[in-house]
Amino acid sequence: MLKIKNLHATIDGKEILKGIDLEVKPGEVHAIMGPNGAGKSTLGNVLTGREGYDITEGEVEFLGKDLLDMEADERAKEGLFLSFQYPVEIPGVSMVNFMKTAVNEKRKHQGLQPLKAGEFLKLMREKKELVELKSELANRSVNEGFSGGEKKRAEIFQMAMLEPRLSILDETDSGLDIDALRTVAKGVNALRGEDRSSIVVTHYQRLLDYIVPDFVHVLYNGKIVKTGTKELALELEEKGYDWIKKELGE
Amino acid sequence: MTVNTAKYTATQDLVDLYNGNLAMWEKDSPEWMNAARKEAVEHFQKLGIPSSRNENYKYTDLRKWFQADYNVYPTYVERDMEMRELFKCNVPEMDTALVLTANGWYSHKNKAIALPEGVIMGSLAEIAQSNPEVISEYYNQLADNTNDPLAALNTMLAKDGIVFYVPNNVVVEQPIQIINMLQSHEDAFATQRNLFIIGRNAEAKIIFCDHTMSGHRFLANNLTEIFVGENATFDFYNLQNQHNESGNLTSTYVKQAASSTFNSNVATLHGGLVRNNLIVRLAGEGAEANLSGMSLADGKQHIDNFLSINHEVGRCNSNQLYKNVLDDRSSGAFTGKIHVQRDAQQTNAFQRNANVLASEKAKMNTKPQLVIDANDVKCSHGATVGRIDEDALFYLKSRGINDKEARLMLMLAFTHEVIQNIRVESLRDRLDDLVEKRFRGEISKCHNCAYRCG
Amino acid sequence: MSEQDKILNEVTQNEYKYGFTTDIETDTLPKGLNEDIVRKISELKGEPEFMLEFRLDAYRKWKEMEMPEWAYLKIPPIDYQDIIYYAAPKQQAKYESMDEVDPELLETFNKLGIPLEEQKHLAGVAVDAVMDSVSVKTTFKDTLAEKGIIFCSFSEAVQEHPDLIQKYLGSVVPTNDNYFAALNSAVFSDGSFVYIPKGVRCPMELSTYFRINAANTGQFERTLIVADDDSYVSYLEGCTAPMRDENQLHAAIVEIVTMDRAEVKYSTVQNWYPGDKNGVGGIYNFVTKRGICKGESSKISWTQVETGSAITWKYPSCILMGNNSSSEFYSVAVTNNHQQADTGTKMIHIGKNTKSLIISKGISAGKSENAYRGLVKVVPKAENARNFSQCDSLLLGDTCGAHTFPYIEVGNKSSVVEHEATTSKIGEDQIFYCNQRGISTEDAIGMIVNGYAREVLNQLPMEFAVEAQKLLQISLEGSVG
Repeated sequence: MLKIKNLHATIDGKEILKGIDLEVKPGEVHAIMGPNGAGKSTLGNVLTGREGYDITEGEVEFLGKDLLDMEADERAKEGLFLSFQYPVEIPGVSMVNFMKTAVNEKRKHQGLQPLKAGEFLKLMREKKELVELKSELANRSVNEGFSGGEKKRAEIFQMAMLEPRLSILDETDSGLDIDALRTVAKGVNALRGEDRSSIVVTHYQRLLDYIVPDFVHVLYNGKIVKTGTKELALELEEKGYDWIKKELGE
Repeated sequence: MTVNTAKYTATQDLVDLYNGNLAMWEKDSPEWMNAARKEAVEHFQKLGIPSSRNENYKYTDLRKWFQADYNVYPTYVERDMEMRELFKCNVPEMDTALVLTANGWYSHKNKAIALPEGVIMGSLAEIAQSNPEVISEYYNQLADNTNDPLAALNTMLAKDGIVFYVPNNVVVEQPIQIINMLQSHEDAFATQRNLFIIGRNAEAKIIFCDHTMSGHRFLANNLTEIFVGENATFDFYNLQNQHNESGNLTSTYVKQAASSTFNSNVATLHGGLVRNNLIVRLAGEGAEANLSGMSLADGKQHIDNFLSINHEVGRCNSNQLYKNVLDDRSSGAFTGKIHVQRDAQQTNAFQRNANVLASEKAKMNTKPQLVIDANDVKCSHGATVGRIDEDALFYLKSRGINDKEARLMLMLAFTHEVIQNIRVESLRDRLDDLVEKRFRGEISKCHNCAYRCG
Repeated sequence: MSEQDKILNEVTQNEYKYGFTTDIETDTLPKGLNEDIVRKISELKGEPEFMLEFRLDAYRKWKEMEMPEWAYLKIPPIDYQDIIYYAAPKQQAKYESMDEVDPELLETFNKLGIPLEEQKHLAGVAVDAVMDSVSVKTTFKDTLAEKGIIFCSFSEAVQEHPDLIQKYLGSVVPTNDNYFAALNSAVFSDGSFVYIPKGVRCPMELSTYFRINAANTGQFERTLIVADDDSYVSYLEGCTAPMRDENQLHAAIVEIVTMDRAEVKYSTVQNWYPGDKNGVGGIYNFVTKRGICKGESSKISWTQVETGSAITWKYPSCILMGNNSSSEFYSVAVTNNHQQADTGTKMIHIGKNTKSLIISKGISAGKSENAYRGLVKVVPKAENARNFSQCDSLLLGDTCGAHTFPYIEVGNKSSVVEHEATTSKIGEDQIFYCNQRGISTEDAIGMIVNGYAREVLNQLPMEFAVEAQKLLQISLEGSVG
């Protein structure tokens, strides 16, 4: 599904990613952990095509296509989804209108007719229930005045609406209480499937109790320095990152 | 020596005053000052004394203030008074070096003050002769003689004033207090020209105190050019306390180099007519200007603050906070222009003007303006005119504070927001104190002041 | 240029879709302006003496006046002797039935989405269609007449209701109010007149559609709305013009009078030809719009969506004379390419307990200049006046300008006047967020801009709101950078 080979990226001339190699196969869930400033968010941004980063080396293949060659919106329409760590507010644009545009853009890309109003509303209803998103939030402007937890729920709701092939969850657990975390995880798990994969970027092991990963990678100083299974996450939780640093001889 | 011929009623009379006494105006001034005069007189003649037809003076018609018989002083006149004595009261306990000017001239009674090596503080007329190389390339580089009649008039008649020069990397710890007094035995028109040059990485603070020391009618037209060098910090405070028959016209032109900081605060406690022009050029990346001011006006006073902030390059910040409390038949005006020039990206420019009308007859006109030619900017302005917050008043009263005291508390809080920006503690405290006395209807002058000029 | 900039550019380079011309015979007067032309216009319209006097008085004042230069606009010199001041589609007179209307004309208005056949029209909107200098057709007149509502062309009103015209014409905008008002007063050819009698709520939206067709002509129309005690009307104004390389002058006047407890809601979607992307051609839109809340507790609200015209000079204003009267001004002004706009409002508080609200959203793109200019004035006797103003500017691209020039003059201590303004650029993170959901940059910008303007668009009647939304997007096509 996703093949990252020797990916290097810089921002303002400063190298953040220093050669990432990662392969995600259909159906897999990969967790990426690491200390602050390791490059976790940068990886998500570079994969989804945010401006401001220079790719200096490496390649990324997504569903057999050159991902880096595509515009951000094309990548999304191909099935790549980013759950933002800090979702931005868009005043005056209702969530309903926003999602309708997004869903229909994707359908157009797939050669499908746009959803009829009734069908769309039914879809909205189903997905809202899935993440227990309050109805009124869907009628408000995108993320405007949402609490931190509501924003994260709204992200997972959008993910459910767009049914991506590969989701990148960037610190989706930060700022969530345990109930909200369970709901979010429920939403994510409901979307797991044979041909869907996820990359879960997180700081804490906690989320991985609910979203059980197939692989855990440690990102440190722009590189994946260790790969293991979910036990690695537990080990990190217990020992902290200093242990990795020591192992690397720093 | 005095020239007592200055009876004029209009622009032409001022021009005649200049042309008719050319030798006297040019006497003892270096060539570059006199060359500037020649140009300025033409601009002044063309622009004329500003009336409300001049958009920048829309709410302040200066013509009637010029229509009087004033004496002018093209040469130094010794004032026969012990000025320092009179001013002990002004900012008590303030640890400052003191410098005096009288009717625009640097007083010959000034004694040398202790300053770090290389710092120059003294008379423009003198330094123009003794150290021209320090100032000649700065003089008249900022004043907008072409478009502003007050600037042109100042340049035309400028003979003396203060020069303050701080070399690179020098920090002047102690604030310098300059007392600009108007004192005369007849109605007088004064012109003062100041030039402050703050070098790279240098730091200094200057406090201007504008006072009238006799009950005559005065009109002062002062202009200050300030160059703030790279990474330098300069604080400029102005305390204005003049009697009701005086007109105080000040123009301050500032040019800031990269990463410099300029803090200014003008407190107008008293004055018949006050017009403060403050024009700031943010000419180097990373420069920051924090400009604030407040006024308390009563009687028929008129206070007009005119600001123009020019973001010439990117990554600069400017903040403006101006407040007025207007009582009796007084009137206030505020203009705050923010101009973000093309390509001055990543600009932050903020402005707030708040005004309280405390009486039936008071008036306020405000004109905040944004002219934005770059897109990556955060700019905002807000202006309010109103009465004091009734909800807050009720809240205080519900806690048992009487109406008068509650109003006073709110007014003090209103003005304190401006005063607290002053980075000289003793001045800050003194101002809070003066403001409170003023609100309580007590004299706002120092208690032992011999002159009842209020 | 970044990808986003490129797309922004593409988005704003859209063609003006109303740029066609109608091939129809026109009666015109010779170019130029003098007393004879003024007399001739009056004569052609068969006007009573008081109208001719009104025009001549205005013309004489205009001759003494100078074009205003205070706006933040660069207006190329205008040769007022090189303009045709009167042009009318031939055989106009009055169309008693649809069969008499020139099919070309009908087709023109159909193309513009303004069918003149009543049965085809949007339910609940009566239309007065004005082409070049004259009113072509007013729909639903009979339905309205049953309620005592007068809705007709200005020319007709001069003939049929001279007393009302004489009483109110120039009562809000005096002939010498400003240069363009004086010019209009001298040469205006037609427009709409509305009178809502006491106690009547107008059952449908009234609308005037203005179309410039003829070349080298100026359009000078005049609208007068009088709402008597306890009445209500919502009025819409739309306008388009063909694409021509020359600049055409449009100098209109709108006057509104509301009596006790009456309310008038006036909405404009201004879509005159803005000129091409190099700034060639386009309409000079110099308009004076003013209402007076004469009666107590009366209300006037202005809503405008300004997307067209090469140059816009326009300040729909309100004089709050009656006690407890109120006024609102909602504006979205979009400028792109080389367009210039200097627009805003004046709120003059005179009565006691008067209220005004100003919401202005400026959007600048391309090489355009967009200025808000406003005055809030509280006279000394206006006890308890309230004003709140919010003026926001959004910049798309780094070659345009957004400016704010509010004037606040307060002479009464019991008043509360608040003004807020912000300027910002369209957020890159907002665009990326949309991109990440599969929405193209172009659509994302349209969406964000519409969201930004929503507070104003919400004020428009439904049919107009949809139209206005599309218009915003089209106006910005090719702009974002």
